[in-house]
Amino acid sequence: MADITISERQAGDVTILDLNGKVTIGEGSVALRTTVRRLLGEGKNKILMNLGGVGYIDSSGIGELVSSFTAVNKEGGTLKLLKLTQKIQDLLAITKLLTVFDVFDEESDALSSFE
Amino acid sequence: MSETKELRLPSRIESVDEAALEAAKFAEHSGFDADFISAIDLAVRESVANAVKHGNKFDEAKEVEITFAGSAEGFEVSVRDFGPGFAPDEIPDPTNPANLLKASGRGILFMRSFMDEVEWFNHDGGGMVVKMLKKQ
Repeated sequence: MADITISERQAGDVTILDLNGKVTIGEGSVALRTTVRRLLGEGKNKILMNLGGVGYIDSSGIGELVSSFTAVNKEGGTLKLLKLTQKIQDLLAITKLLTVFDVFDEESDALSSFE
Repeated sequence: MSETKELRLPSRIESVDEAALEAAKFAEHSGFDADFISAIDLAVRESVANAVKHGNKFDEAKEVEITFAGSAEGFEVSVRDFGPGFAPDEIPDPTNPANLLKASGRGILFMRSFMDEVEWFNHDGGGMVVKMLKKQ
């Protein structure tokens, strides 16, 4: 079974990625990288990453979030995070990355912030 | 009374999951609670990933030796690689603003955050060992 499934939805010009599973070293991190790079290649550079279904993340997964964030920024876009689990919130706090990412609990609030 | 379990795994990414799974099973069997096991799981993943990637550099001829020990004091994990070693204190602080956007370098921070004691030393027979303790 795949470590992670990533579903895509479009809300206006914002692409929402619903992640389910594990974002860990290996398959999970690679799948995320591939998806974000493909979206950028398609000119989709407003990305909202829904992490509500991510039960597990490690330092490699956190690194991939950062790497995605910088890749999107480099293309003049924005990447924001939605629905952090307590565990992910704790890891982002430890790494001080809560100061880097825009984080939302509600999808509607997140989408409004892109306008 | 203390119990121990030893694993020798090849230097590939799949070993990270395998080690974490075995650690969780062992910790559960030893009676530790879910939060405790979650911390162990992350520390084992990070330490084994470091051993596979940075220590053994994915050389499958080199194994990663892992020992778990549960006791009244807590849960002890040691992970040995067969690489040239490194100086943990020279790893840049990933929480330094200059390093926040780096894609890697957070594993040791997680190990130190979720375990009570973490120390590295060179093994007499070669390679490097990280020994971690989470207290009850």
